[in-house]
Amino acid sequence: MKKKIGMNKSTYNNMITLGIVVAAYIIIQILISTGSVSSLMEGLLVPLCVYVILAISLNLTVGILGELSLGHAGFMCVGAFASAFFSRLTEDLITATYLRFLIALIIGAVCAAIFGIIIAVPVLRLKGDYLAITTLAFGEIIKNVVNVMYVGKDSTGIHFSMKNAMDLNLKEGGDVIIKGAQGITGTPTDSNFTIGIILVLVTMIVVMNIIKSSTGRAITSIRDNRIAAESIGINITKYKVITFAISAAFAGVAGVLYSHNLSTLTATPKNFGYNMSILILVFVVLGGMGNIRGSMIAAIVLTLIPEYLRFMQDYRMLHKRKGAE
Amino acid sequence: MALLEVKNLSIAFGGLRAVDGFDISIEKGQLYGLIGPNGAGKTTIFNLLTGVYKPNDGIINLDGKNIAGMRTIDINKAGVARTFQNIRLFKAMTVLDNVKVALQNEYRYSALTGICRLPKYFKMEKKMNERAEELLKVFDLDGQKDIMASNLPYGKQRKLEIARALATNPKMLLLDEPAAGMNPNETQELMDTIRFVRDTFDMTILLIEHDMKLVSGICEQLTVLNFGKVLAQGETSVVLKNPEVITAYLGE
Repeated sequence: MKKKIGMNKSTYNNMITLGIVVAAYIIIQILISTGSVSSLMEGLLVPLCVYVILAISLNLTVGILGELSLGHAGFMCVGAFASAFFSRLTEDLITATYLRFLIALIIGAVCAAIFGIIIAVPVLRLKGDYLAITTLAFGEIIKNVVNVMYVGKDSTGIHFSMKNAMDLNLKEGGDVIIKGAQGITGTPTDSNFTIGIILVLVTMIVVMNIIKSSTGRAITSIRDNRIAAESIGINITKYKVITFAISAAFAGVAGVLYSHNLSTLTATPKNFGYNMSILILVFVVLGGMGNIRGSMIAAIVLTLIPEYLRFMQDYRMLHKRKGAE
Repeated sequence: MALLEVKNLSIAFGGLRAVDGFDISIEKGQLYGLIGPNGAGKTTIFNLLTGVYKPNDGIINLDGKNIAGMRTIDINKAGVARTFQNIRLFKAMTVLDNVKVALQNEYRYSALTGICRLPKYFKMEKKMNERAEELLKVFDLDGQKDIMASNLPYGKQRKLEIARALATNPKMLLLDEPAAGMNPNETQELMDTIRFVRDTFDMTILLIEHDMKLVSGICEQLTVLNFGKVLAQGETSVVLKNPEVITAYLGE
């Protein structure tokens, strides 16, 4: 049958992965309409899409390019804040929700990609552990800078400060949009599960198409043997930057989805810290390097397990106690 | 004029002059051998010729253009392709993809074209597939194009490496110990392959080899290297009778 429709094994595999996502979406929508999904689970649907997008995009850097990047949550942070800032700014200007979200999405992705490139250029000379440490530090820097950033707008324009809200010197009727550690409040909650699934599908298709194009072959060849790749004319710098940019752009997309799911956005160690970067890396490693379907399944399973084991939460302390003694 | 003209090529690692005043002149279509004891600097010369190391001194003229000190990828684009002493294939890629990745500078399309699957993508992929399969057929690898490169038997991995190097359309091919680890039958087959490559692609080949049977069998000209310096140079049969070469390398 595979021969008849002229598909090779990997194309067939990709089709199955996309099919699983669509099927899961339809089943969940039916379950929601019959009222058999708890509100807890319903609230988890968008975060699940966020994690899946993060895992798949990191897989491009870690699994396909073979570089251990630990700054993925930082790129997500850039996407989340850039887009939430835009949406808060234009909430009254652009009333068409989908149009505003689409622009926010592009802004989030582009800003994250720019940061990806900014970070890729200095770390290109590094390999392995050194690259991991540097990207980890970059991720933390992004989170901490966001935490001391104050941006407001008034009739004269946009004001920026790294000290406090008073320093913005806003005119009467001005509005502080990014309030340092308090983050952005009142972001329009424009995202939903359907948008999340569409973005998951887009991420998957883009990553799959990259892998099966000359760009993907070049990236894989760099992972497999850098010296041989250079000897046949592969520009390593160029492809590393491309990979970092695309990977960061999709982390930004995940950030946009995340920030438009909550009305309050703050940069805490829990959501944009290195713990998050490592969690995403765990999704990728558990799902298998370079395996898109694996990343997706690992992200879902590792997000759902803690939720389902919540009733055992108290027992976790027992084990912690034991460890402390 | 010679295709490759190297003059006074030198490189030192700290106090060690690994290559010292190396000269060579290779005519188009020649099969040229480079031999010498272990540590004589043969692979270092290959690394200098392909830009892995930057020479301290000397010029490398390829077809009238000085390529000394250029980046590896630019030297490849200028027309030098190589294979490695320890095979360096892209192990987790298929045999076909190993060749296709080398073809992508010729059949170029942007990352965006690939992501969006624009018509150019299909056109270029089709051309790449055809060209890659053509090359694999030459090396009798077309039956195994969809298996992982690491699953090929040793002899075929060597052949795939040559096919991959040829895919970049070089003017000159550098083979670093192509017969290493091969049994006499495989070596014989390899000799036929090298000759075949030279004749079909009208290729100029410079090879490093320890197997004297292969060297005396196919190389027309020979350079013997010892301690980074040229010991003898000239026609294979003459060089191999040189008493200095015999004491330094072949043994009495």
